[in-house]
Order: sequence, then structure tokens, then C-alpha cells
Amino acid sequence: MNLSEKEVAKRVEGLPLPRSIRRALEVELQDVEVTEEEFVEIAETVVADYRRSKVEPCEAVGVVAAQSIGEPGTQMTMRTFHYAGVAEINVTLGLPRLIEIVDARKIPSTPTMTIRLEKDYALDRDIAREVAWSIESTNILHLGSMATDLAEMNVLIELNEDALVQRKITAEEVAERLAEGTKLPAEQQANQIIMTPPEPSYRDLLQLVEKIKTISLKGIEGINRVVIRKEGDEYVLYTEGSALKEVIQFQGVDPARTKTNNITEIGDVLGIEAARNAIINEATDTLREQGLSVDVRHIMLVADIMTCDGEVKQIGRHGVSGEKASVLARAAFEVTVNHILDAAVRGDVDDLRGVTENVIVGQPIQLGTGDVKLVAKR
Amino acid sequence: MKKFALQDHGLVPAHILLTVEESDEVLQSYGVDSAHLPKIRVSDPVVKEIGGKVGDVVKIIRNSSTSGESVFYRLVID
Repeated sequence: MNLSEKEVAKRVEGLPLPRSIRRALEVELQDVEVTEEEFVEIAETVVADYRRSKVEPCEAVGVVAAQSIGEPGTQMTMRTFHYAGVAEINVTLGLPRLIEIVDARKIPSTPTMTIRLEKDYALDRDIAREVAWSIESTNILHLGSMATDLAEMNVLIELNEDALVQRKITAEEVAERLAEGTKLPAEQQANQIIMTPPEPSYRDLLQLVEKIKTISLKGIEGINRVVIRKEGDEYVLYTEGSALKEVIQFQGVDPARTKTNNITEIGDVLGIEAARNAIINEATDTLREQGLSVDVRHIMLVADIMTCDGEVKQIGRHGVSGEKASVLARAAFEVTVNHILDAAVRGDVDDLRGVTENVIVGQPIQLGTGDVKLVAKR
Repeated sequence: MKKFALQDHGLVPAHILLTVEESDEVLQSYGVDSAHLPKIRVSDPVVKEIGGKVGDVVKIIRNSSTSGESVFYRLVID
């Protein structure tokens, strides 16, 4: 008797297999008639195949991952700094970006955000642009011109009416922000603002000009440029500079689909699991962009190791390699003398349980068959 | 201030706080102490959201590109 489709689905669900394999099996069995015995045989074969393809215990997955990422790494272009990737925004790609990811830099060399908008905002170019303008950090040079009057010893700011309307800010607000930022009075009349340094000195005047230029009048500080691009039928914003925490609070921004390339920032705002996903995505994207395909499992292992302590730590001296328990293993990696000297001063003991230290002393390593111990049954 | 649940974000997988019984069961099935589990900070934004305390075990259901779905456990630490 053939099994009904429902029965097959139910039985597939109960198999000790990952979800993706169960789905594939279900799809394969959809249009085929199978009997009870046939199903049992299929299930047994699939489960046995799955077990066989799993990584063996004691397999050196870390070394395999290192080789699998390292070899394509040699084919990457060495210096793809500031390759014009997305729209007109420059992003670091290639090997420098990959190094940046595994080094867990606090701030990447080119921080950038991908901001997706909510339904009501994403489809209309003008509305999307309004959101972009409200996010982009606005300084005085976006709104008008600035001149120094040496006779009067003051700074004269002429605001452009159109720019004010476009960026939705009034001359009063500008004067207020400037006064706040410089802690000096700002005399505002119509579209003109006059600011005077406390002492009538040439140096103070020039310093004041520089100070005024750096004050963020509107928008989010750190986001220097916002570019709009159409993707499919929605408009997406790309930014130069990153401020995830502030941006996801913005009116019109879809917080669930907005991301940054700053992994540490994702860790701080969205948590360690999000940081792990970000490492995987960023690393795969970087490799794929260079036309290299690395099995995602290797990258997942790297991401897992980097995040297993609850915070993003780098692969290297100040992170994974530097935290190894064995003195010899650490000394074999970098700054050999310091590690051995410190260990001697402290009187550290090396248990010789890892791979590196056993290679150094010339013992069998505890990997693969070397890790199997026999215990006699009495 | 817009309210937004972190777990709605595309990068954040589902975090579930386990009861003491549930976490004991998990530890027993793996044959490990809670100290052997990967960690998550008590200051982690998602832990704050689900109200985890130091010593709790968080079950994380990840969307995996290889296995479809994978379950992971983390111990909440200080």
C-alpha cells in the first residue's frame, strides 16, 4: 500500500535531519508513490548519508577553515581601497576589507549604512529624498556662505533661502544651534547671522570659522553623505558614515532592514548574534565581490569563534590567538620573547594539550586518530 | 522615540530565555556544565529585551543557510 502525502510529510518531519534536508526530501517525495518499505529504505539511506557527510570527531576544522579562506585570499587584489562600489559611495573592498572584518576593528575605514525605508516612504523618490536630507548631517556650508570681516572682526554668514527650505530648517534654528555649539552669541537678522569672537584677535576669528564649519545643524552627526538609489521598485539610501542607533529611530526608516558595515556597532546596538550574522554576511559578500566562493561553513566557524565570548573579538594577538591557554602556542604565534619571559616570571605551567605546543615538543598531536584514547574495561 | 523590537531585525535571530529545568535538560543532553556554553553578556541589547539575568541560558534559533534552522545556546554572563 502506498503512503499518503500527509503521512510522508509527517514521517519526514520526524527524521533526525536538519530542516533543509527534510524540506528537500519532502519535495522529492511529493510526486512519487512510495510504499511503507520503500519509505523506510529511503529514510535510512538519507540518514546514513547525512551522518557520513558530517565532520568526523577530532577533525581539525579550524585548520581546514584557515586554509579554505586563506588560499582564495591570496588571489584577492591587494589594494582595492576605495573602490567605487555602491553608487557614488566609496567602500573598502577586497583583502583590506577581509582583514578589517577578522581584525574586528572598532571603526571600519569606510563606514557605510544601507537604509531601507518603510512602505509609505520607499516608493516615492521625493519622500525618500526628504528622509535622506533629514538624516544627512547638515553644516553651515550646505546652507549658505561664510565670510570674515576683518575690519569689524566678525564672521558674516549668509544663508540661502532655498537651501533652508529644502533642508527644513529656519534661520532662527541655525543661529540657535551655532550659539549652542560655539557658546557665543549669534546675532540673526533675516537670513544673515553675525558672530563675533570674544577677543578681537585674528587667530580667534579664524578658529571660530573652523569651529562653525564643524557644527552639525541638523541630521545625524557622522553621516556625511546620503545617496539614493533605486533597487527594484523601492528607493534605498546609502550613507557615508554610520550611526545605526540614531538612524533606526528615524521617521520613515524601516529599522528591521537597515544595516551598517560596522560590525562592532551592530554588536552594540543589536547584540552578539546579529554581529555574528553581520560577520558572515560581510565576509561572504567581500569574497563574492572578488569572484571567489568559499563555503559558508568556514566563515561561520570564524564568526562563531569571534563571538563565542559574548563580544566581538579579533582573530589575532589581542583576541583568539592571544587567549590560548598554552604559553608555547602563544609564543609560536607573535611576540615570542614576551610570552616566554612573562611565563617564566609567573612560573606558568604548560599542559601540552593543544596542537601547536605538541608539535613544538615533538609529541603526537591530539587531533584525528591522535585524540582517541583507549580505556581498558575491567 | 520609535519603539522597535530588536528581534524583528533581519540580523537578529529568535532568542528564548530558558527556565532552570529546561536549561538543565539542555546541559544534560550535551553532557556539559553551563560554564562550557558560549557566552552572551547581560548587557547585550537582546538579553535586556527578553529580561535575562546572569546565569540564565538563552536558546537561540538561527536561520542557517546550510541547515535551514539551527539551535544554539548561550550562557548569560556579567
